Amino acid sequence: MEVEKLYEMLKKIQEPKGYNFNIDKKRVFELLEALIKNKDRYGYMVCPCRLASGSKENDRDIICPCVYRKPDVEEYGSCYCNLYVSTDWNQNKIPHEYVPERRPPEKIMF
Amino acid sequence: MSEKPIKLYSLSTCSHCKSTKKFLSDCTILYEFVDVDLLEGEERQAILEDVKKFNPKCSFPTIIIGDTVIVGFKEEEIKEALGL
Repeated sequence: MEVEKLYEMLKKIQEPKGYNFNIDKKRVFELLEALIKNKDRYGYMVCPCRLASGSKENDRDIICPCVYRKPDVEEYGSCYCNLYVSTDWNQNKIPHEYVPERRPPEKIMF
Repeated sequence: MSEKPIKLYSLSTCSHCKSTKKFLSDCTILYEFVDVDLLEGEERQAILEDVKKFNPKCSFPTIIIGDTVIVGFKEEEIKEALGL
């Protein structure tokens, strides 16, 4: 899949839910390219900022959009990767803090 | 300029890891890195055991500057550890 197409497709789905793409389009495209790469590698679009196990069952919580996006956007205005952000985050109304990893370490499978 | 050894545990796809690599390169700082997602089997497991010792959450990037462990691309903390 082409990155432009993925961008438009996801934008249409996610924006009405209140999840905007980061205003930094270069970064967004890099992340979307990484998602496409992960789809080729693992068969599913797993978070590019986390280590995937390669087992879909184990990685289910980190398939993008991950289950941590909602609490992270609520608390920090951004998901862990800075791919999806709130309107306030994009308008610099809230500080761009580093989003700490919310995924419990026991979920990481080697 | 810092003489401390710098080791970076990263993922090839991660935006924060890319930013960290770019930052260190822009500062013309020599560093060692390993993209853990590109490793397989025992090699991956061995490296992950190392990462866990520094960062129990095993998240990326994990940056080791001398005795300082920095989790995530935190520019100010990295600068401080490097004495920049």
